[in-house]
Amino acid sequence: MKILVQSEDFDVSDELNLLRQSSSNIGAMVSFVGLVRELYEDAIETLTLEHYPGMTEKSLHEIAQQALTRWDVLDVTIIHRVGTLRLQDQIVLVAVTSAHRHNAFLACEFIMDYLKTQAPFWKKERTQHGEHWVEAKSIDDKARQRWERKN
Amino acid sequence: MKIKVLYFARIKEAVNYSSEEVDLPETVTSIATLKQWLSLRGETWNRLFNSEQVVRAAINHTLVDNLASIQTGDEVAFFPPVTGG
Repeated sequence: MKILVQSEDFDVSDELNLLRQSSSNIGAMVSFVGLVRELYEDAIETLTLEHYPGMTEKSLHEIAQQALTRWDVLDVTIIHRVGTLRLQDQIVLVAVTSAHRHNAFLACEFIMDYLKTQAPFWKKERTQHGEHWVEAKSIDDKARQRWERKN
Repeated sequence: MKIKVLYFARIKEAVNYSSEEVDLPETVTSIATLKQWLSLRGETWNRLFNSEQVVRAAINHTLVDNLASIQTGDEVAFFPPVTGG
């Protein structure tokens, strides 16, 4: 398991190669990359991510551990950036390996749904009209809750 | 009982600092009673903990609800719903 919270960018290819080489039993590798995107209503200049050092790492470890326990997956990498980012920058990488694709797809989505609603990160957007904190969305809570009904 | 309290994101900006050591009276033993006690500090604090905007809490890096009890030396954090990813 590799969990990193950092201001520097990451190289998806390097991370996937590292993960791929960790076991000869890997038959599937699923990854998700979250990016800074344009807003519908306003032009975004920067996105700043604040977090709670200590709790963030603990929270991401717990989420990855839950995924490892729940599905037959081999390994997990989570890298989340903090600090000031710009349009099209990478924010987060989640990568999961398993013998078969089904478990890797499920575990990757599970990790993202929990990360978005449990890990202590906060986004602040700056546009030409000023700065504002991003509001949490109920659709993200619903995405997490659907995992609670299963199993 | 002495504890450490941390504030993040819009809550940190509203109270204008990120952490403090506080000495709680005996009546303050839970997240709910800590919120009530902090609300007495004035208008900003009262609005923070008694508006419709949700304030989440963690004790020693674990998310908790209002009923969670506080022990001496705990690190309590208040923050808005998270928006990472």
